[in-house]
Amino acid sequence: MYDKEKGLIDAYMRGQMSRRSLIRGLGSLGVTAATAETLLNLAGTRALAAEFDWKKHSGTTVKLLLNKHPYADALIADLDNFKELTGMDVQYDVFPEDVYFDKVTAALSSGSSEYDAFMTGAYMTWTYGPAGWIDDLNEYIQDPAKTNPMYAFDDFLPGVIKSCAWNGQPGGALGSDDAKQWCIPLAYEQNNLTYNKRIFEANGLNVPTNIDELLDTAKAAKAVMDGGYGVGVRGSRSWATIHPGFLSGYANFDQKDLNIDADGKLTAAMNTDVSKEYHKKWVQMIQESGAPDWSTHTWYQVGTDVGAGKSAMMFDADILGYFMNGGDNKEAGNLAFAAFAANPAATAPTPNIWIWAMAMSSFSQNKDATWYFLQWVTGPEHDLFGAQKMDLVNPARASVWADGAFRDKLSGKYSGYVEMHDASAPGASIKFTAQPLFFDLTTEWAATLQKMVAKEVPVDEGLDQLAESVNSQLQDAGL
Amino acid sequence: MTTAMTGQPRPRRFRVSRRVLPYLLSLPALLTCIGILIPFATAVIYSLQRYRLSQPWARKFNWGENYLNFLSDSAFWNTLKVSVVYAGLTVVLELLLGLGIALLLQKRSRLNNFVSIMLLMPLMTAPALASLMWKLMTNPGFGILSYFASLIGLENFNWASDPQTAMLTVVIVDVWVYTPFIMILLLAGLRSLPQQPFEAAALDGVPRLFVFWRITLPMLTPFLLTATLFRVIESIQQFDIIYAMTQGGPGDRLTVFQVEAYLNFFQSTNVGRSAALLMILWAITYALSNVFIKNWLRLREKQRGEA
Repeated sequence: MYDKEKGLIDAYMRGQMSRRSLIRGLGSLGVTAATAETLLNLAGTRALAAEFDWKKHSGTTVKLLLNKHPYADALIADLDNFKELTGMDVQYDVFPEDVYFDKVTAALSSGSSEYDAFMTGAYMTWTYGPAGWIDDLNEYIQDPAKTNPMYAFDDFLPGVIKSCAWNGQPGGALGSDDAKQWCIPLAYEQNNLTYNKRIFEANGLNVPTNIDELLDTAKAAKAVMDGGYGVGVRGSRSWATIHPGFLSGYANFDQKDLNIDADGKLTAAMNTDVSKEYHKKWVQMIQESGAPDWSTHTWYQVGTDVGAGKSAMMFDADILGYFMNGGDNKEAGNLAFAAFAANPAATAPTPNIWIWAMAMSSFSQNKDATWYFLQWVTGPEHDLFGAQKMDLVNPARASVWADGAFRDKLSGKYSGYVEMHDASAPGASIKFTAQPLFFDLTTEWAATLQKMVAKEVPVDEGLDQLAESVNSQLQDAGL
Repeated sequence: MTTAMTGQPRPRRFRVSRRVLPYLLSLPALLTCIGILIPFATAVIYSLQRYRLSQPWARKFNWGENYLNFLSDSAFWNTLKVSVVYAGLTVVLELLLGLGIALLLQKRSRLNNFVSIMLLMPLMTAPALASLMWKLMTNPGFGILSYFASLIGLENFNWASDPQTAMLTVVIVDVWVYTPFIMILLLAGLRSLPQQPFEAAALDGVPRLFVFWRITLPMLTPFLLTATLFRVIESIQQFDIIYAMTQGGPGDRLTVFQVEAYLNFFQSTNVGRSAALLMILWAITYALSNVFIKNWLRLREKQRGEA
């Protein structure tokens, strides 16, 4: 590297100039923007290395189990930097999402030491943690000998990092003082509205701001769409039907899945009057203006339909809209985003979130080396690299959200995305009660919703039956 | 030369005593049997335990409690009902269709041979892939079958996503995939039947329907039983078609044994209940197999006696 370029980068690393000024300066020296970013990334890596003995586990190999996802793509694209920084080697297996969690369960339940770390959702740790399959990462985070001083744990968005920590007590608050840090987020999804600007503008539709308006707008949109439908939400017989838009709207009415009594016992909370009213509206929305084959819709169908212009909007993961607004999708460039508070009386949205995180296997034979990888992949440098260069959205760190280049990237192509995120991030967290029967109860909840939409059972009766069944299962499990 | 050879020690031959030989010969079968029985025994043990992976501290033997709980568990009875209905519908339809097609292709000709090979194509498709293909064909928005349904006045026919038609849809997919199996088995049976009774009936001018009911069908019964046995066992254990198309929904409409057991293990991590469900499925399969095999043996003896 030439002296002038070195000088500019060192000045940036000392905080004496902004990233944009640096890139402009490098540009004037004939360095392309892409090369400038690479140089900057390398310089960041050097700076990290200067503060911490990254070479401590040089020569060690860690093996990862990854889900096929843009977050995994970002990780893989940046691996050479990690290898150069640490002298470690990283091997990985990537599986499609349909079978990914089966693979994780099989590997962990058999006590296999094949994988040192793996991608996980926060909900899954409510099974893996108490089962003794994953390690509490607090012991590493809090050990200055093992953790880079520039790791900046406090930089994680509070709602996101706390959602990955649980004390293992059924009903225990996420992120409580005695919570164990079962995983660390790579990135996360909020559930908000993604709508088709072209369809909305052509038909004079306004972006809905609460559940009643959502019903009306979805109905109006369906009426003007030739063969399409108004609003996409998930409907398959799976826990994944409950956690996106449905629970985000539900939580906005201050409704909960479970109550915790004074003795710490859990009971069903989904058959309150307010809950029944919300369920009725949700069911009506699907019946009037949802997908005709709603009961088989997973995130994939919900996303591809809005990307293909088959639906006017979706109430689902914001990053699903992000991906559908690009690539070869028919409606690429036409999608826009809006924060959504279902309750007209609510002051802000309260999106439930899905987190893709990294966890450490308790059966790993190289735990310290694995922690080196985990702190790197969840660290600020990789998060920024992923957010700027790849599709690591939504990044879990506040510093990345404050990064001008990242915000510019989003604002340029994704109308309303930054504003949506900023409006809903303060209320974003996991809204479920952490407990070991999570998947049983939410799958049954989804099956009950299917029956309600198919008019096999009235909403009131269906929710009472569900609550009775949930209580019976909780009691049977000693919860 | 001969002298030199006799001076050499004779090569030692590995001798096995007559008493040990039978054990040695049966050793591979024994090892295979152990290999099969270990997982089976493990499943039996799990089925007698209260065992959730998410609550390892609560793991204990509860002996028959998982089974007793089924008696008052409406989800279990629904699973049993759905599995039996699914197996019954698919096997009956596949037998009727398979037999009909086999009768049409019975006569050896180039065309019939070509058609019978073409009809085997669905059988070579992985059921999960076939399900995805059918999922696309029955998509209400762009599916070709939805389009055909609309042409005959079935607007908004929602196939697997409607509780009223979900069973019908998965049965159709199963029939599409597995009818060729029945067809090829019965076709082989038909072509192997002795020709004399048919020639005699033709000479006497016996009506075709009479020949079918009184000669073809009785002689074909062992083949029908074999085909039924295989299909009943597979149908009652169906997983991939149903899971790929509906995950057991809508509601609980298609929660057959394997789907319920899979969800119990991999999603709920309830190992005890999952294993108990599979043991019940094993018992049903075992009982059905016994019935079919006994009947098949009885028929064979009867036919030998007649011969």
